Amino acid sequence: MTAPLIDVRGLRKFFPIAKGMLGRITGHVRAVDDVSFSVQEGETLGLVGESGCGKTTTARCILRAIDPTDGQVLYRTSGGKIVDLAPMSPAELAPFRKEIQMIFQDPFGSLNPRMTLFDNVGEPLLVNGMRNRRERMDRVAELLRLVGLRPEFMHRFPHAFSGGQRQRIGIARALATSPRLVVADEPVSALDVSVQAQVLNLLLELQARLRLTFLFVAHDLSVVRHICDRVAVMYVGRLVELAPTDAVFSRPRHPYTAALMRAVPVPDPRVSGADGILKGEVPSPASPPSGCYFHPRCTLAQERCQREAPALQEVTPGHFARCHFAAELDLAMR
Amino acid sequence: MTIDAEPLLRVRDLRVSFQLDEGTVRAVDGVSFDVFPRQVVGIVGESGCGKSVTMRAVLQLIDPPGRITGGEITYRQNGRPIDLARVSPRSRQMRDLRGAEVALIPQEPMAAFSPVHTVGAQIIEAIMLHERLGRGEARARTVELFRDVGISMAEQRVDAYSWQLSGGLRQRAMIAMALSCRPRLLIADEPTTAIDVTTQAQILALLRELQQKYDTAIIFITHDLGVIAQMANYVVVMYLGRVMEEGPVDEIFHAPKHPYTRALLRSIPSLQTETRAALPVIAGTLPHPFNRPPGCPFHPRCEDIRRGYCDVAVPALHALGPRRAVSCFLHSDAAEPA
Ligand SMILES: Nc1ncnc2c1ncn2[C@@H]1O[C@H](COP(=O)(O)OP(=O)(O)OP(=O)(O)O)[C@@H](O)[C@H]1O
Ligand SMILES: Nc1ncnc2c1ncn2[C@@H]1O[C@H](COP(=O)(O)OP(=O)(O)OP(=O)(O)O)[C@@H](O)[C@H]1O
Ligand code: SF4
Ligand SMILES: [Mg+2]
Ligand SMILES: [Mg+2]
Repeated sequence: MTAPLIDVRGLRKFFPIAKGMLGRITGHVRAVDDVSFSVQEGETLGLVGESGCGKTTTARCILRAIDPTDGQVLYRTSGGKIVDLAPMSPAELAPFRKEIQMIFQDPFGSLNPRMTLFDNVGEPLLVNGMRNRRERMDRVAELLRLVGLRPEFMHRFPHAFSGGQRQRIGIARALATSPRLVVADEPVSALDVSVQAQVLNLLLELQARLRLTFLFVAHDLSVVRHICDRVAVMYVGRLVELAPTDAVFSRPRHPYTAALMRAVPVPDPRVSGADGILKGEVPSPASPPSGCYFHPRCTLAQERCQREAPALQEVTPGHFARCHFAAELDLAMR
Repeated sequence: MTIDAEPLLRVRDLRVSFQLDEGTVRAVDGVSFDVFPRQVVGIVGESGCGKSVTMRAVLQLIDPPGRITGGEITYRQNGRPIDLARVSPRSRQMRDLRGAEVALIPQEPMAAFSPVHTVGAQIIEAIMLHERLGRGEARARTVELFRDVGISMAEQRVDAYSWQLSGGLRQRAMIAMALSCRPRLLIADEPTTAIDVTTQAQILALLRELQQKYDTAIIFITHDLGVIAQMANYVVVMYLGRVMEEGPVDEIFHAPKHPYTRALLRSIPSLQTETRAALPVIAGTLPHPFNRPPGCPFHPRCEDIRRGYCDVAVPALHALGPRRAVSCFLHSDAAEPA
């Protein structure tokens, strides 16, 4: 098998907590704490978990929008070479920027309202050296067609478009430089169901056509179920489960994953989803609990769980879970 | 569940429009529905279809350039019907009704609390305004409410500012505030949209429990069909300011009549879907509010369109049974007067 397109190893990102006039550092928010996963070319990996668990921070480290505290972000170049993006300087990163692009959650905030679609979508092309305006117009027209928008719209401003159309514009912009890896941070969370279905179908279609690799950040598990090949579940900065989508949904191996799935309201009044609600709140990544981070909220916790931190163990081939009892647990979905 | 014969709230042919420089937005264009005591009515529809404006109209909270242009809003206070559309928005009667009889959990909880007063102080004020209670008693009631809505360390949290609370706690405080005067009707406008599924599940369970405990009727607004299925007894489906269909929750999900409801239900991904299969979609996009299509508002996107009918006349909301109605020419030729 060829090497994965992206291989994240031991990634850490700590934000300092500064107090007082002198800005003395009194502690750290361990936003991402020893996270490892890889994504094969053409694959979609879903990254899920509650608000504040470190999804966006992980994505931003991979995109090198921020500097990781520790760890490697190994990237396989189009020439087949493996490079580590984590320690690179901006100059060293420059040739890879256009190969890794991002789609944002907020289709309203991610576009410049004072620029036409031509300028919004064409900007990454200009930045990457496509100086000829005619050439850029052709490419923007092609991109707009690709995402299902009419090329004549090129000279309009973003405010003339609906939420779903703006998200298409954001996708066109992300695809401008023909990226290999697309990091999508909650790309459909702000959209209505009918619009969401259109955008999800578009992403699936584009992926098949352009052989794209997706890192798909989401909190909606039904969307993840629909679009991802594998799922990584994060809790307080750590991975607690990583497995093929079907395996996670048919037999989750971590109590947190099971609780997360039970919390999704079923769109069928005949199915009651009231039982097994996860109690309590997410602990702060600045002062996580002892032992297993999940133990204060876990209904299956034993005395050992508050003492000893479980390791991420491979329960069945390719199915990893960070729970002392992962091998024994039989967590039916509902 | 026993259903009282008389609705607590009866809305008939409600119309609200916004007069803007570019033209008139008919945000609510002939909406009718009933809310019976102790019932949870779910209002579902996509962004901009008029859910919030409908509920603000019920509470007479429409500000210019918006105006209620027609319809009846009948609220039964102690068995006596009052037409809210005829009550002056700033009158004493309306102010007493808001909060004490009908409470609103607004769509932006951040904006609902003032940042300069503690959350508790604001709830205490509301209680003292509506009921003859001293400050000490009002505070005790507030602490008790905080416990009821599952806020731990209630005595301390009463003195917190809204910006010191997490999203989930703020939403719980909002619910405590809405329930502080024991309303008979609670209008919850997207109370869980901005929060995690886990917190959402906690808040939904809480609302169900409080609804039982206080016998409150709830109007629950959301665009999430999963939430509707789990919360509502009765559902109103809206599109472009009109009611497409209404009925008991089981019928809406298992025997939907309107092509829009059917299409909407098909387009939701579920935990059971197959990975990477294309989802059925509703073709086209929501029209711009200034460009309302003639005829049935859904006709440009409808797969079952009857040409010559649907693109010409507006279907009326036609009763199929005592609590079941649909506005679609596939089910009835009844049209709105031209
Ligand atoms: N620039 C920063 N400085 C300090 N702390 C930060 C910074 N960015 C993120 N954090 C903290 O790191 C943690 C992880 O945040 P992150 O945004 O990655 O979460 P997330 O999983 O994307 O959440 P959400 O679902 O809300 O988007 C949070 O506790 C957050 O408060
Ligand atoms: N103050 C206003 N001025 C002009 N138009 C308005 C105003 N308030 C609402 N509208 C319009 O009325 C229509 C209905 O809006 P409303 O807020 O009721 O939608 P909604 O169904 O609650 O949507 P969402 O799910 O996004 O909250 C929209 O087209 C909106 O643009
Ligand atoms: S290790 Fe213990 S506390 Fe953690 S998830 Fe497993 S059973 Fe629950
Ligand atoms: Mg995020
Ligand atoms: Mg609204």
